[in-house]
Amino acid sequence: MLKISEALPRFSVIQNKTVILVIRYLYMMLLAFLLFGIILLISGKDPLQSYKDIFTSTLGSAYGFSEVLVAMIPMLITALAVALPARVGLINVGGEGQLYIGAAFATFGALTFSNLPAWLLLPIMIFLGMLGGALWAFIPGYLKAIGLVNETITTLLLNSVAPKIIGFLIFGFWHSALDTVKTPNFVAAARLPTFFGTRIHLGLLIGLILLIIFWLFVKYTRWGLEMRAIGNNAQAARRNGIPLKKYLIVVMCVGGAIAGLAGMSQVSGFYGVLLLNFSMSLGFMGFMISWLAGGEPLGILLMSFVVAVIFTGGNLLQLTRGVPYSVINLLLAITLFVVLARPSLIKGKKA
Amino acid sequence: MTLLAIFGVISSAIFSGTSLLYTTLGEVIDERAGIVNLGLEGVLLVSASSGFAVTSLTGSPYLGILVSVLAGGLMNLVLGYLVITRKANQLASGLALMFCGFGLSALIGKTFVGVKINSLPRFLLPGLEDLPRLYTSLFKFDPLIYLVIPMAVLVWWLLFRTRWGLGVRAVGENADIAYASGRNPHLIRYQALFAGGMLAGLGAAHLAIAYAMNWTEYMTAGRGFIAVALVIFSKWHPLRAIVGALIFSAAVAFQLLLQSSGVQISPFLLDTIPYLLTLIVLIAWGGTRKHSAPASLGRVYQGSE
Repeated sequence: MLKISEALPRFSVIQNKTVILVIRYLYMMLLAFLLFGIILLISGKDPLQSYKDIFTSTLGSAYGFSEVLVAMIPMLITALAVALPARVGLINVGGEGQLYIGAAFATFGALTFSNLPAWLLLPIMIFLGMLGGALWAFIPGYLKAIGLVNETITTLLLNSVAPKIIGFLIFGFWHSALDTVKTPNFVAAARLPTFFGTRIHLGLLIGLILLIIFWLFVKYTRWGLEMRAIGNNAQAARRNGIPLKKYLIVVMCVGGAIAGLAGMSQVSGFYGVLLLNFSMSLGFMGFMISWLAGGEPLGILLMSFVVAVIFTGGNLLQLTRGVPYSVINLLLAITLFVVLARPSLIKGKKA
Repeated sequence: MTLLAIFGVISSAIFSGTSLLYTTLGEVIDERAGIVNLGLEGVLLVSASSGFAVTSLTGSPYLGILVSVLAGGLMNLVLGYLVITRKANQLASGLALMFCGFGLSALIGKTFVGVKINSLPRFLLPGLEDLPRLYTSLFKFDPLIYLVIPMAVLVWWLLFRTRWGLGVRAVGENADIAYASGRNPHLIRYQALFAGGMLAGLGAAHLAIAYAMNWTEYMTAGRGFIAVALVIFSKWHPLRAIVGALIFSAAVAFQLLLQSSGVQISPFLLDTIPYLLTLIVLIAWGGTRKHSAPASLGRVYQGSE
């Protein structure tokens, strides 16, 4: 059978792997929309009108587009929190918990140092958020490195613990005078600046910078190379003198720190307040995005954008069409099913 | 602290532990065949919501349980299609299944929030007829609770004493060799997933129809993940899973006991006890774990053509 690149030699742009990748993703999106349309039809909604709503509300207007970018910020960052540990073969399903603890640490900073100026307070919050996430990730990282417990299961269990700690902190100490389910609103200095009069905040820039650093790091540094060696064959890497345990712990902690940063950017940039259960599976979405992208930086950027479109559009669907909020999960799941069912089309697949 | 309160706590621990044990048994079968089902949470939710919906519509809890069981099996077959036929990554497929379960169960259960249903009949534990009425009401259990230990023994028998179980374990250890010795790894994995899904469905049915008797979104609250942890704790053995579920239920009971005795600890922190205890047990159990895991757990069987 002819490959696409052989069949269309004249169009040099189509030979570009990235373009092929994009076309394939679009094709799969189409399939996913078809399946989801059937579900909408069964539940008595007009799928065509719903899709029109989704697209006009997300990509059709400047405001909608800005909302997509806002939704994309935490997904982009949590995906990186998964992609980095994945380089050494660690499966960090705990982005959710690390994000919560990071948010809690950042909130501590925002509430304690609320009279500091923004240029000092924000870096403190970022540091605290990353510290919180790193500490939370240290537990699974350490347990994995000494060979006791698999990190997948530890991170999943800790995911269930983290939101309860948030609840404890909010109810016990931080709740505002009016409302027991959230902290008082952060002072202006504790908010990440927003741009262009939209809700897009500095988190987007932080996420993009992290993405670039991630790309440079894994591609051009010795550590990136050693991490790849560990990911390919941990024992061989260890016998070649690469400090395996140190790498496992440090990389897991850095992953956790990135997830904690996502939590900080959510409470500081998006909500401006710490809420109970604010994350709503962001950590898991990050895992999916990172996996779908095969851990490649460009793929992460693309997939987090696509997921953000689904997420924002689904939000609107909930408001205007009266479908439950969780149906967003269904749309996401169907998209993932379609992508997963075609592993041979995906670049950088892992068996 | 009265005796009544303690009995009350034990009783509720048994109720909450039952659905967990069914789910854990299901996951033991899945993983013995070499497949990690991280989407158990979603499977439970879809089973619980569909079973509850059918119970509410038909008035028959038995029909509801049947639908739950079938829904669990079908959900697992979706995972099977992805990881067996399409050879997709198991962890990612599991998480996709979880998202699917969140969405689908919300859609199914939407009109059934707050609806009352006929529950299963409850029978008094034999030998306790002489207790005062206040006490006996705590030890009236539904048939699914009485069946859970026999079910664990049945799963053990299936896995370790039948040809089918031998096939499942062989595929979980090394699918290529199982294929070479004349078995069909794909078929066996599908069968194992369906059986495991049905057991998870039974657990979900007990949770929604017999225990909670209502439907709320995300009512499983992490049970699927705990079941995955308990499978590791039980070293992939159905009988040890009983111990695991008991320990977990005891933790839940302990937490309820503390709450009812008026200890001044935040309920949020008490809620973390079961998870932390599971983690601590895993740590204490660690080290020897590797030898008991099915050798090709999580690996994709590429086929032997």
